[in-house]
Amino acid sequence: MKLWRLAGAWLLGGLAAAPLQAQTPGRVWVTPPAGDAARGKLLYESRCVACHSVDEHRTGPAHRGVVGRRAGSAAGYGYSRELAASRLRWTSQTLNAWLADPEELIPGQRMGFQVDDATDRADLISWLATLR
Amino acid sequence: MQVIQASRRSFIGTTGSLSAVAVALLAGKDALAQGSSADTSRDVGILNVALGLEHEAINAYQLGAGSGLLQKPVLDVAVSFQGHHKAHRDALMATIQKLGGIPVGEKKLDDYAKALKADTLKSQTDVLDLAARLELGAINAYLGVIPVFGNKDLAKVAGRLAADETLHYTVLTNALGRPLPAGALSFGA
Repeated sequence: MKLWRLAGAWLLGGLAAAPLQAQTPGRVWVTPPAGDAARGKLLYESRCVACHSVDEHRTGPAHRGVVGRRAGSAAGYGYSRELAASRLRWTSQTLNAWLADPEELIPGQRMGFQVDDATDRADLISWLATLR
Repeated sequence: MQVIQASRRSFIGTTGSLSAVAVALLAGKDALAQGSSADTSRDVGILNVALGLEHEAINAYQLGAGSGLLQKPVLDVAVSFQGHHKAHRDALMATIQKLGGIPVGEKKLDDYAKALKADTLKSQTDVLDLAARLELGAINAYLGVIPVFGNKDLAKVAGRLAADETLHYTVLTNALGRPLPAGALSFGA
């Protein structure tokens, strides 16, 4: 368990410092704490797998390599116009905002699911960061 | 056991008239289309994601039933559950159309097979495990979108769909010999 948390913290440490998006001036981005990637994996398997998988596009896009990737850019997946045009890059901060309320972050996008609990979001993001 | 084929022809055929389930879900819900356009568009988007899940569930059960790995009476149960998902599909499509939206289409069976790694299914347990994972995901997805709907009637529909998926998950879990959830409120959390 500790190794997962350390791995997640290491991976996200660099990502949190990634440049943020120029088109969202004034937004206060929240950096989530280092999460528990092992718990995040369990959360992923219970909450996300209805639509997503690690390596295949399903109702939602595949998640391998999502952290660090530009939003709406995974080849072969049909994104909403709004997400594809967002110019966001997925960092721990942008993923935290996305999971908390996708529609607030990118109006018109298609994901109706949100993760209300901050610890759950941190754990999920830590898990996603391991998908290299 | 006859497995109902989810052919494109029969699929298209269901869109022309409402199934009994769709009629029941939509009965007295003429106000559905009277919301603001922004709310309606958002709701249609969520419903289309749900419809995508139902397309996948129908095809997952098709893959399981067609695999030759399921034995009676499990095969009968799987076909029954597939029928539930077809009714869900019909209801969602009817609702989307009622709201003025365009229902998302079904992919080819081979596409679902690839996405679900159907080639890795080697036993009845493998098939049931896949079905249980999909049903659990669907439960949590439906519960998760309930507060997002702008329309309370649609939120209720999502709750009813989640209840069906919970029934499926419980039966599949039992068939796999797995224990019941240890604690209360294990779904949607």
